[in-house]
Amino acid sequence: MVGGGGLLENANPLIYQRSGERPVTAGEEDEQVPDSIDAREIFDLIRSINDPEHPLTLEELNVVEQVRVQVSDPESTVAVAFTPTIPHCSMATLIGLSIKVKLLRSLPQRFKMDVHITPGTHASEHAVNKQLADKERVAAALENTHLLEVVNQCLSARS
Amino acid sequence: MASGCVPSSRLPSRCHRPIPGPAPPWNCLGRSRQARDPGAPPPCPSPGDWLGRRMRGEPVWCHRPYPLPRSLVRVMAAAAAVEAAAPMGALWGLVHDFVVGQQEGPADQVAADVKSGNYTVLQVVEALGSSLENPEPRTRARGIQLLSQVLLHCHTLLLEKEVVHLILFYENRLKDHHLVIPSVLQGLKALSLCVALPPGLAVSVLKAIFQEVHVQSLPQVDRHTVYNIITNFMRTREEELKSLGADFTFGFIQVMDGEKDPRNLLVAFRIVHDLISRDYSLGPFVEELFEVTSCYFPIDFTPPPNDPHGIQREDLILSLRAVLASTPRFAEFLLPLLIEKVDSEVLSAKLDSLQTLNACCAVYGQKELKDFLPSLWASIRREVFQTASERVEAEGLAALHSLTACLSRSVLRADAEDLLDSFLSNILQDCRHHLCEPDMKLVWPSAKLLQAAAGASARACDSVTSNVLPLLLEQFHKHSQSSQRRTILEMLLGFLKLQQKWSYEDKDQRPLNGFKDQLCSLVFMALTDPSTQLQLVGIRTLTVLGAQPDLLSSEDLELAVGHLYRLSFLKEDSQSWVAALEASGTLAALYPVAFSSHLVPKLAEELRVGESNLTNGDEPTQCSRHLCCLQALSAVSTHPSIVKETLPLLLQHLWQVNRGNMVAQSSDVIAVCQSLRQMAEKCQQDPESCWYFHQTAIPCLLALAVQASMPEKEPSVLRKVLLEDEVLAAMVSVIGTATTHLSPELAAQSVTYIVPLFLDGNVSFLPENSFPSRFQPFQDGSSGQRRLIALLMAFVCSLPRNVEIPQLNQLMRELLELSCCHSCPFSSTAAAKCFAGLLNKHPAGQQLDEFLQLAVDKVEAGLGSGPCRSQAFTLLLWVTKALVLRYHPLSSCLTARLMGLLSDPELGPAAADGFSLLMSDCTDVLTRAGHAEVRIMFRQRFFTDNVPALVQGFHAAPQDVKPNYLKGLSHVLNRLPKPVLLPELPTAVRIAALQCMHALTRLPTPVLLPYKPQVIRALAKPLDDKKRLVRKEAVSARGEWFLLGSPGS
Repeated sequence: MVGGGGLLENANPLIYQRSGERPVTAGEEDEQVPDSIDAREIFDLIRSINDPEHPLTLEELNVVEQVRVQVSDPESTVAVAFTPTIPHCSMATLIGLSIKVKLLRSLPQRFKMDVHITPGTHASEHAVNKQLADKERVAAALENTHLLEVVNQCLSARS
Repeated sequence: MASGCVPSSRLPSRCHRPIPGPAPPWNCLGRSRQARDPGAPPPCPSPGDWLGRRMRGEPVWCHRPYPLPRSLVRVMAAAAAVEAAAPMGALWGLVHDFVVGQQEGPADQVAADVKSGNYTVLQVVEALGSSLENPEPRTRARGIQLLSQVLLHCHTLLLEKEVVHLILFYENRLKDHHLVIPSVLQGLKALSLCVALPPGLAVSVLKAIFQEVHVQSLPQVDRHTVYNIITNFMRTREEELKSLGADFTFGFIQVMDGEKDPRNLLVAFRIVHDLISRDYSLGPFVEELFEVTSCYFPIDFTPPPNDPHGIQREDLILSLRAVLASTPRFAEFLLPLLIEKVDSEVLSAKLDSLQTLNACCAVYGQKELKDFLPSLWASIRREVFQTASERVEAEGLAALHSLTACLSRSVLRADAEDLLDSFLSNILQDCRHHLCEPDMKLVWPSAKLLQAAAGASARACDSVTSNVLPLLLEQFHKHSQSSQRRTILEMLLGFLKLQQKWSYEDKDQRPLNGFKDQLCSLVFMALTDPSTQLQLVGIRTLTVLGAQPDLLSSEDLELAVGHLYRLSFLKEDSQSWVAALEASGTLAALYPVAFSSHLVPKLAEELRVGESNLTNGDEPTQCSRHLCCLQALSAVSTHPSIVKETLPLLLQHLWQVNRGNMVAQSSDVIAVCQSLRQMAEKCQQDPESCWYFHQTAIPCLLALAVQASMPEKEPSVLRKVLLEDEVLAAMVSVIGTATTHLSPELAAQSVTYIVPLFLDGNVSFLPENSFPSRFQPFQDGSSGQRRLIALLMAFVCSLPRNVEIPQLNQLMRELLELSCCHSCPFSSTAAAKCFAGLLNKHPAGQQLDEFLQLAVDKVEAGLGSGPCRSQAFTLLLWVTKALVLRYHPLSSCLTARLMGLLSDPELGPAAADGFSLLMSDCTDVLTRAGHAEVRIMFRQRFFTDNVPALVQGFHAAPQDVKPNYLKGLSHVLNRLPKPVLLPELPTAVRIAALQCMHALTRLPTPVLLPYKPQVIRALAKPLDDKKRLVRKEAVSARGEWFLLGSPGS
């Protein structure tokens, strides 16, 4: 874990309960019925992302919540707001990047995605949002082996 | 007219009216009716006795703009035959809810009640009474709205007298407050649909609208209503409207002047088109009508995104073009506009203008075009010479073609100048000199322009050709480089091709006659040139010259044939070789005598030389010459009389090889057979040749094969060669090709010889049939004779379905017997295929069931145990295929049996491969060409019927035979068209496939890395699967693949 050896910024975060697996409905098993991509589906994509600092998921830290996911399948848009655990969290960009990469890898190409900090929850909210919205900077970040390594760790399935 | 126009900065000199696009476009509700409202006094609501005044003869309309509804009621009561019967209370309630309560529902309710006869229209008017005269315009509007809605539903129920009074009422209301107008127009629209409308009222309504309503200040919907009213009247009251004369046209011009909505424009353009095409009087308003429509040209409109109305730019372009190009009367205004727009910088404007010009040429004559020809030509020439856009070039050429056609078409007075001549001489003057510079850029545009003009009419063609041909002939000789000559010859070819469009009654008048000798010598120069490209154009030119009836003399043809003969042996230069063979085929069909006398003897000689070379041992070059000769023989066999010479040559050649005891290799015989097959293909379309080929070639091939199969003391080399698998397969394809296109009658003749040959050894119809022993392929023990069953198969399985096969019962039993005979796989398979091929075509019924029973018994007996298991399996496979193709009910049972064999330790792998055979197309039997019954969706059906069982079988099977199921499954999937397969895959299969992709990530990374980009790309698609459960698997599989070999994973 990155930063695992040193002091944690927020050593004792509040831990929230994980939501269970989404129950499979009869409609989902019917070949004929199309299932549209909804907020819960997006939430399921990102809730198990690991926090860069803690051995916990973003869901357990309440960094992502289903209510902060906005999605429109017909219009191919997704907006995810995430809430850093503390207003000065230095990992905010990294968390946003992980969410962004997870969505890039998991959603159909037609989707336009917007990942940003829940308004008013972080000191440098504006700067972080700007970074996350900049395609070039996201691409450049992923060419950085060190950053990619951290992102991949966040996205690896917990064994 | 110009007041509403916005000058466009791009296209300065003319008022161009762009049609608004996305932003404010669809409704113009924001606009108010300033034109009338501000100064107008509030309408006078005071009641009075309208009818009374009328009776007293007082003028009603002028002084009392608001005839009273009460009176309307009275008048209508007099008019209506039916007395009010239903209780009025409910109606009053509904009317109140609508007018005062501002609810929308009651209107439909009232309309439905009137429609079903519960109330009369009069009762509705009565119930509306006070609202129609209410001083508050909103309430009046509401009242009239209700009446109009009722009328829209019930206009068919109205009586003539009711219509008269309603029309008078509504006309008068047109003077009312602007809030009321939309409802009034709705009512008039309903009345315009009335069959009971008496003569004179349509004109009256239109006059009132033209006079009272400033249409362009209404919202879009109401403008549309006005257009609808006009359209309705034009459809049903044409004569009446025409009595208005040009006033109607003028009225409409005012109505549409300034229209901006694309939906309305489509209707308005339609109306203008009808005005012109139905010959309404335009009077002095031709230019006005042109201006009011041409101001939209060229259409400048981009539909807004998510446009619910679905109007495309192209719709507007086409409907405007229909208007502009509908009459020569617009010509003097339109042509300058078109010239101006062709000269503009905007690509779409150029295209639209050229296309419109093209459309105009259909109705214009010399008179309209005369003054504009120099400018039109200058514009078109510039576009074709300079454009970078192929579309502009193509449209320019098309426009020039139409212009020339138009000029050629016009009937001239005796003293008039023929504009065509001067127009063409302009073109020639501007293009000629470019043709002399084959290396320069403008050479091709010039040639294309001249060809576009020449293609328009015989007269134009003569004129251009007689000028251009001598020039090009001269230029060919002036230039010495092959590439330049090629360009010139290719242009020449273009002009020669145009000649084919026109037939000359008098052949002597044909412009080509005078140039024939020069053209021929030029073509022959090209054919002997070392450059392949020049040779190719030369060959094409020769074909085109040959296609001109009676142009080439027999000397020319002899020379041409000589050249083609030489080129037919240029195998190393395959392009010219292929082209020469093709040209030989085309020309031989036209000039069979020339080819018979000059080419076929040479080829025959070549063949003899080849034979002696074969005896003396091969030389590679000789060998390839020999192959060329065989190809050339089949290539020229495009005419029945030639086939009668070439086919015997090839067959004699085979006999020669047989007799001469030559060192024949199987490849030699196969080459002859391929040539025979190509010849058979060429004969298929001509019934006479087809029968000749069949009758001649098949007995000969059978005789050779039968002789080869005879036991002999000293077997010749050829005999052994003829019985080889590949050689027999080549003969099978000749026999099949020579049989499929036979007419049923002739095929029935043939079958009475061939089947007895195989069943009874009746060799009487074979040439040279003194064989040392009997031919008994079914009884005889010799494997050689049994192998010939393949030839029987080729014949009987290619017959049309309705040809009756003699001794069918015996034949089927013999085939079945032989199919399970274990001595020779080739013959047992041929017997099984033959049996299956016959089974597939046999009509349903008792006999078919018997054959099937026999087959099933045979298969079961063979599969049980013993030496014939593999043969019985092959039989099962082919019978299953025959039934699957025709959707026979037993096919599922046999498929199940086949599936059961997947677990068979001995036959399992073969059964798995069998699925490939079931799903693929055969070439020799069970083909559509061979008249087999092949249902189009058999693969899809097989897939849906059998894949679940295969999957289930896979799960249930023991580990060691699982691969067989997978292999079978993959054969089925592999042959299925992908678009069919993908949506058919059940969710579970898609999920399983993605889980497999996920599971693969556990393999060592270095093995997987080469596939990583490909897999990630492929897995992007199921991310958008319509099923969530599938997407979930795709996400996790793709996520894992991303992590492969990436840092941090």
